[in-house]
Amino acid sequence: MTDITMPIPPRTADVSADLVARRYRAERRFRAYGLISLGITALFLAFLVVDIVGKGFPAFFEHTVTLPVTVSADKVDAANPSKGDFGTLAKDALKDAFPAMSGRADRKALLGLLSTGAADDLRKRVVSDPSLVGKTADVPLLMSADADLYFKGSQTSVIRSTGSVPINIAKLDDKFSISGQFDTMPSGTVIRANDGAFRVKAVNGSTLEFEVLIEPAAIGGVPAGQWQQLQFSKVEADRRITDKEAVVLETLQERGLVSKGIAWRFFTSGDSREPELSGIKGALVGSLMTIVITLAISLPVGIAAAIYLEEFARKGRMTDFIEVNINNLAAVPSIIFGLLGLAVFLNFFGMPRSAPLVGGLVLALLVLPTIIIASRAAFRSVPPSIKEAALGVGASHQQAVFHHVLPLAVPGILTGTILGVARALGETAPLLMIGMVAFIVDVPKGVTDAATLLPVQIYLWSDLPELGFQSRTAAAIILLMVVLFALNAVAIYLRKRFERRW
Amino acid sequence: MLGTGQDQFKGGGIPMLIFYVGLLLLASAAFVAGRSKAIALLAGRPGSMHSLPFYHGAYVALFALIAAGLVYGAATAAAFPYGQYAGLFAAAAASAYALPKIAPDFRTRNTVERIVLAILALSSGFAILITVGIVLSVLFEALVFFSQVSPVSFIAGLQWSPTSEPASFGFIPLLVGTLLITLIAIIIAGPLGLFSAIYMAEYASPRMRAYTKPILEMLAGVPTVVLGFFAALTVAPLIRGWGEAFGLSVSSESALAAGVVMGMMIVPLISSLSDDVINAVPQSLRDGSYALGATRSETIRRVVLPAALPGIVSAFILAISRAIGETMIVVMAAGLAANLSFNPLDAVTTITVQIATLLVGDQEFDSAKTLSAFALGLVLFLITLGLNYVALRVVQKYREQYD
Repeated sequence: MTDITMPIPPRTADVSADLVARRYRAERRFRAYGLISLGITALFLAFLVVDIVGKGFPAFFEHTVTLPVTVSADKVDAANPSKGDFGTLAKDALKDAFPAMSGRADRKALLGLLSTGAADDLRKRVVSDPSLVGKTADVPLLMSADADLYFKGSQTSVIRSTGSVPINIAKLDDKFSISGQFDTMPSGTVIRANDGAFRVKAVNGSTLEFEVLIEPAAIGGVPAGQWQQLQFSKVEADRRITDKEAVVLETLQERGLVSKGIAWRFFTSGDSREPELSGIKGALVGSLMTIVITLAISLPVGIAAAIYLEEFARKGRMTDFIEVNINNLAAVPSIIFGLLGLAVFLNFFGMPRSAPLVGGLVLALLVLPTIIIASRAAFRSVPPSIKEAALGVGASHQQAVFHHVLPLAVPGILTGTILGVARALGETAPLLMIGMVAFIVDVPKGVTDAATLLPVQIYLWSDLPELGFQSRTAAAIILLMVVLFALNAVAIYLRKRFERRW
Repeated sequence: MLGTGQDQFKGGGIPMLIFYVGLLLLASAAFVAGRSKAIALLAGRPGSMHSLPFYHGAYVALFALIAAGLVYGAATAAAFPYGQYAGLFAAAAASAYALPKIAPDFRTRNTVERIVLAILALSSGFAILITVGIVLSVLFEALVFFSQVSPVSFIAGLQWSPTSEPASFGFIPLLVGTLLITLIAIIIAGPLGLFSAIYMAEYASPRMRAYTKPILEMLAGVPTVVLGFFAALTVAPLIRGWGEAFGLSVSSESALAAGVVMGMMIVPLISSLSDDVINAVPQSLRDGSYALGATRSETIRRVVLPAALPGIVSAFILAISRAIGETMIVVMAAGLAANLSFNPLDAVTTITVQIATLLVGDQEFDSAKTLSAFALGLVLFLITLGLNYVALRVVQKYREQYD
């Protein structure tokens, strides 16, 4: 025993209070760390969701321009309308709307604004109503992705302002000049007046240095309020719509021809090289097929394995080994399962690449451990007294398990299975290994057809440089997340509804 | 090899769907036949047979299905073109064989239960089969690779360029890249996940828990391809912009962007595992600490965390294992160039990125380029297996028993 040699000085009240205050501050700090951590996590999730929804939501809409299309009889045969040259008809309709733009460059600027899908829409319309041949009808024509994105404001933001001073357009020796009492006007501003368009280079007092984009229909004075300025947030080189195209689009909108509608084709068509024509139907069907195969294999095998391990297996080395195996498989990276699929299913068994059948098999192996673990937990939660009562009235062991324990474990099994399916639905890496990176336009008809799945489609689109595909990617992500959240909601509902305390 | 094998899946003979439906119909017919024969034998004298009619039906149907499966499997393996017909015929023949065996004192239930038990046992053995399949498929190709490239130059090589001429397969740059991104991820996720778990387990009211738990679960449910998209298109440009604002040159595919998003991905993993172990610390330990006058945070730091340490360490190891094996985030947000760099602002590549890029597109199973992906797969499998084993051992060895 050692005696305390140094006497501890008596602690005064204010020193104590100080110590307590310090400890309480530490307490509050510690508590704040937890809150901050949770806050950062929540903020990240919110940022993710807002970013994706912000990027993807516009992709659910598309812009069409409604133009009078003359379905001339020499381009379209009334007896066989599906063979007609509808591309030319659609282009002619747009050219007719801008008779002044006749030069080669002007034509090119015009025609880039229509989607190649416009001709297909027109064909469908005429085929369904052949009486249109020889007539002129107002037809909505799909705009190209770049034009569509311009109206959505994703290309560049535009500040439109009406001219506040009167200007005068004059023409001397084939050269236009514009004068007026201008305030400052940044270079790059586009002036629209008298159906013409000019790009401003600089303001020199009351005259303007500019280049002509579209020649005006008339010269002379233009009163204030009758002309317009366009200021783009991005310079022309940084966007896919030129100033000239932008002027055409502004004109079309001014004439009330442009309308925005829901892009149903996003849900009803397969992949395409054109962003505005691509859809996710193929990926949805592929995902559905794959998940059905995954479930058809992993659910029966998983439940059977869980029943055996939980109810029938004798504790021993073999059972321990199986258990270690299952737990380990649950932690193996998913890409390794892809390697397995590539080596075994494709290389050894010679199954077709990129097929939902192989995808389903690989994902089944991937989610099997999850389903076994969840099912075992569900069996363990059923009290032994249920089984014992069944055994007591003369049921065989299997009868007791299948008639009494299994039905009570079903909600737990279902919950685990749904979560497993949700995981499988979002899995991408193993699918890349089995060749699911192909560009596939057609919607798969069978499980051995080449197909893409929703997450694979997201990956493929995200790799493409076009802004239109970036938006489609985000839209596909929104769809995938909605499906996943719905699945999770069902799982939570099942858990709440059938949860039993014994 | 690919070409000949594919034909069987394009359906030689009858479509697979019709085959399966036919088999199902045959089996149902066999079940009905067996069951009705048993009912006829019973003829109003309940209890006169050993087994219930259901088992007699199941007996005949199981016979039909197993025979069809065996014959069809053997026919497919032997590339016999009419395997489907043979299978259906076998099903019919087997039920014709099994049906007459039904008799009042035939112990059908025992036979059926033995078959069912065998099926259950086989299903659980399936897990072993998957592991064996993984090990064999990866090991086999990896061994072919190591017969072409010396293992020493693989393990110790400082240059990775599988497509150049001559190709070099030095694994070190990939390992460094993987570890760099994992390190960034764990630096982010470690404190966030642990403090979240502590708050959820020790401070949060049940109401607060009800709000915060779904946030973490939702984050855990976000597919990695979505996180990859977010990392590549939003986080990477953001980090690049900030870096340039400070005058730093940031690669457009920086390790930092991939690491940050990967870190956020493993936050839910760390927090839910840590939450569980913190909750498992007995209340009596806390009460003891409070009784000595400790504040809550002092109790957590001095009593709860040391008690939960093995579980928390194991959670961290599992999170590291998960980060090393994660593919999509790095495929989309990290680079392809195998730079041997420790700078988080540089582009680095990882093991999983290389596996994915080497195997996407044309594969030639005789070239070292394709085979090297399997060697990387083997290394990845061994690393994650090792980490999982360590995580398990840490818990087993250091866990205190408090009951």
